[in-house]
Amino acid sequence: MKTSSPVPGFSFTDQPIDTAQARLSLEDGSCGGYASFEGWVRDNNEGHSVRRLEYESFAELAVKEGERIIAEASKKFGVANIACVHRVGSLQIGELAVWVGVSSPHRAEAFAACRYVIDEVKHRVPIWKKEHYVNGDSGWVNCERCAADSPAHSH
Amino acid sequence: MNRIRVEYFALLRERAGVNEETIETNAQTPAQLYTELVERYGFDIERTRLKVAINAQFGDWSAPLRNGDEVVFIPPVAGG
Repeated sequence: MKTSSPVPGFSFTDQPIDTAQARLSLEDGSCGGYASFEGWVRDNNEGHSVRRLEYESFAELAVKEGERIIAEASKKFGVANIACVHRVGSLQIGELAVWVGVSSPHRAEAFAACRYVIDEVKHRVPIWKKEHYVNGDSGWVNCERCAADSPAHSH
Repeated sequence: MNRIRVEYFALLRERAGVNEETIETNAQTPAQLYTELVERYGFDIERTRLKVAINAQFGDWSAPLRNGDEVVFIPPVAGG
């Protein structure tokens, strides 16, 4: 088992996420707890049947903000190693869209840090999700409905 | 007159029909620039729903724009 400090952090990929490989970066002889979260592409959202998703990011700022969140979690919960990988591009139902992993000396802070990272990533990191529906419509999540005079899923 | 590079993402990218462009503008702030782009492209997302980034850092709507700045208007995010 590795005991040196690995290279955790925030990253994007346009390829399927290999969780076994991602987990390796968190192995640490001083850690007795590991927690992870996987976000999967769901086949429905707010009553619409979803066929596939597209993720797009403002990568330069997104990586900075993702790293900031990881640094906050590390400080707040005192955990040793945190990694987060987010997909971009076109994803099918059931695919892994985002993965968060945390290793720490004990389990409580691993769970807490993992929860903090995924919650903050969803709210703060400039990533956008376009849903393509079974009925042929599509829409940017959280976006279409903020367009004042544009009905949802109008194009 | 400043030359400002604007990069678009998600809904704004689709509405603008371009990924990025360089704009010659008299806009002094990101807020004024957004108003100008609303007139040009008919963006229908209210500014209060957006954030703004200047040179790849979150910025202020009233920050002074400088020649050569890179501006991104950030629609509501939806990661995860």
